[in-house]
Amino acid sequence: MLIERYIYLAIALFCIGIVGVLARRNAIIIFMCIELMLNAVNLLLVAFSKMHYAAGVAKNATAGIDGQLFVFFIMVVAAAEVSVGLAIIVMMYRNTHSVDVNFLNRLKH
Amino acid sequence: MNNVLHLVWLVPFFPLVGFLINGLLRKQLSKPLISIIGSGMVLASFIVSVLLFTEVKNGNTYVANLFDFISYGTLSIPFAFQIDQLSSLFLLIITGVGFLIHVYSAAYMHEERNEHYGRYFCYLNLFVFSMLLLVLGANYVIMFIGWEGVGLCSYLLIGYWFKNTEYNNAAKKAFIMNRIGDLGFLIAIFWLIAKLGTVTYTTPEGSGVFDLFQKLTRTDIIGITMLLFVGATGKSAQIPLYTWLPDAMAGPTPVSALIHAATMVTAGIYMIARSNILYTMAPETQSVVAAIGLATALFAATIAIKQNDIKKVLAYSTVSQLGYMFLGLGVGAYTGAVFHVMTHAFFKALLFLGAGSVIHAMHHEQDIRKMGGLAKKLPVTHITFLIGCIAIAGIPPFSGFFSKDEILAFAYAKDPMYYYLGVAGAAMTAFYMFRLYATTFRGTFRGTEEQKHHLHESPAAMTIPLIVLAILAALGGLIGIPESIMPNAHKLEHFLEPIFAKSNEIKMAALPEHHTEINLMVISVALALVMIIFAWARYSKKPELNEPAGFGKVLADKWYIDELYNVVIVRPLQWLAKFMNSFFEKKVVDGIVNGVGRLVNYTSRQVRLLQSGLVGNYVLLMVLSMLALFIVKFFIQK
Repeated sequence: MLIERYIYLAIALFCIGIVGVLARRNAIIIFMCIELMLNAVNLLLVAFSKMHYAAGVAKNATAGIDGQLFVFFIMVVAAAEVSVGLAIIVMMYRNTHSVDVNFLNRLKH
Repeated sequence: MNNVLHLVWLVPFFPLVGFLINGLLRKQLSKPLISIIGSGMVLASFIVSVLLFTEVKNGNTYVANLFDFISYGTLSIPFAFQIDQLSSLFLLIITGVGFLIHVYSAAYMHEERNEHYGRYFCYLNLFVFSMLLLVLGANYVIMFIGWEGVGLCSYLLIGYWFKNTEYNNAAKKAFIMNRIGDLGFLIAIFWLIAKLGTVTYTTPEGSGVFDLFQKLTRTDIIGITMLLFVGATGKSAQIPLYTWLPDAMAGPTPVSALIHAATMVTAGIYMIARSNILYTMAPETQSVVAAIGLATALFAATIAIKQNDIKKVLAYSTVSQLGYMFLGLGVGAYTGAVFHVMTHAFFKALLFLGAGSVIHAMHHEQDIRKMGGLAKKLPVTHITFLIGCIAIAGIPPFSGFFSKDEILAFAYAKDPMYYYLGVAGAAMTAFYMFRLYATTFRGTFRGTEEQKHHLHESPAAMTIPLIVLAILAALGGLIGIPESIMPNAHKLEHFLEPIFAKSNEIKMAALPEHHTEINLMVISVALALVMIIFAWARYSKKPELNEPAGFGKVLADKWYIDELYNVVIVRPLQWLAKFMNSFFEKKVVDGIVNGVGRLVNYTSRQVRLLQSGLVGNYVLLMVLSMLALFIVKFFIQK
């Protein structure tokens, strides 16, 4: 399978994430968009790892699959991050009865 | 018995101790105790100096390296004292005359309050300490420390009565004039360091300034000697920096005697006599020194003729006599100049202290027009003052005759013109001194009845120094009887020979033939006698009481030199300062300072808008900057 397709998909996912983060005010949706960007990168890592593995084994029998392993680490960290992030959002809702991020500009003052 | 010379550090040490004790405890100690400490310390120095002198007389010299003062790279300046013929002679003059002046001061200043009395003696001791440092230093840097020290002390002592603004101005004037000269001295020291890498006079290994002088180029040696001479004109009150000395009469009279007659002003002479080899190598500078000295001698003498303040007359006569010393240095008569320093210290200290005694008796009246006929009321002062006048006028066998005529004889050998002008100055000296004497002591009393009632001879503490100085002024010249009168009687010349040996090797200053020299002496003595008789006869009967008019007024107003300096230097400087204050300070300096403040204020107000508090904005900025980074990375920075 051509590597370009994975790249296009990852770019599409990443851009959707950016646009979501920029355009939306709902904290949960922003959060989801961030996850989307994260996973776009994960996808790229897996795709490139696979590509280099196929090419590398021919020359070197011990060519690694580090990229794919790395993705697992990112997932674990992302899971931890999600739990923290969601907790923040819950606290935010309790305080302001809203999940609108623009509502939180009181830090400015 | 060489170990006596190891005690050299004691000489400046005693006055320093006296300065500390009197300075720190001036409020606790009683007046008699203060004066005993102050004078006693100088007496102790004098005793040590005498011991050193006897040792040096046997031909022993010594350099005491106390500690490393500055050590940097190859440059090493030790804190060292040099005891040789020249410095031991100056030690005797400074501590001996200084001691007499201290004793005199104890009585003269008795009206002062306790702490001011202590302050006075502590300054006096500090002054003697600085002067000793100047003379003893074995290199130019130590000399410079003492040099600055005497400048500071003269400032403190001239402004001793600090509640009087005029006196403070005189003190500031002295300090600033001295600083101008000091700059020259300082640059000369740097020049020496740059060219020779040393400032030590001479070393046994031959690595001192006076050993290496042949390494200097012609320009170097002329530049250095000229700059040193600039320093000397400041300290020794020569044209153009002499105007501070007459104003310095604002200080108490014994201070005038100490600073402005016996010690401080001779620092310049000492420095040039010390550097005699450099000057011998630079005949151009020598001509300048001689010309300036002669000009000063004549110029100050003309001013002195018309002064009516007893101390001002003496001040201008000091300037004039210093001019003679520089003339001596300029024509290569180093021994003569040092000799004149010595005799001048005796008779000028005597005259100043005598003037102090008169002022004391007259209740701080200094105008000689209001005196007259004091001879009977103040017998001791009168006799001693008369001896001083005869000595300065140059009548044999009093001391001034020998030293002045030695200088004039050398001047004749160099250029007869020097001699004629010098004799004219000497005649004027005789004239104004006896004008002063006759107006003060002869004729009838012209003061108020109350002053007449209170006229009294000064106490013993004041008259005894006068008597001692009078004896010295009368007989001091006998150590330097010229060859033409008595062969091998010039003891001072033999004593100082090692100091000037190198200069004499290079170029021996010539003396005229013996019979010519005697003729010259006869001429100058005859002229002086005529002037004395003329002035005595004229001013005893009919003193000048009116304000001078015509040319006399020009002389009385000191050729308007102060006014000239005021217009040429002070006013433009003040104008520049005013301009700097109103334009440069307000517009440029303040503009830069305020501008920086305003810029920071403005930019921060603009940048503050970025922090909107909206999370979306922050994210947008973050994305945009990341994009920018990508663009830079992939498209611009290939």
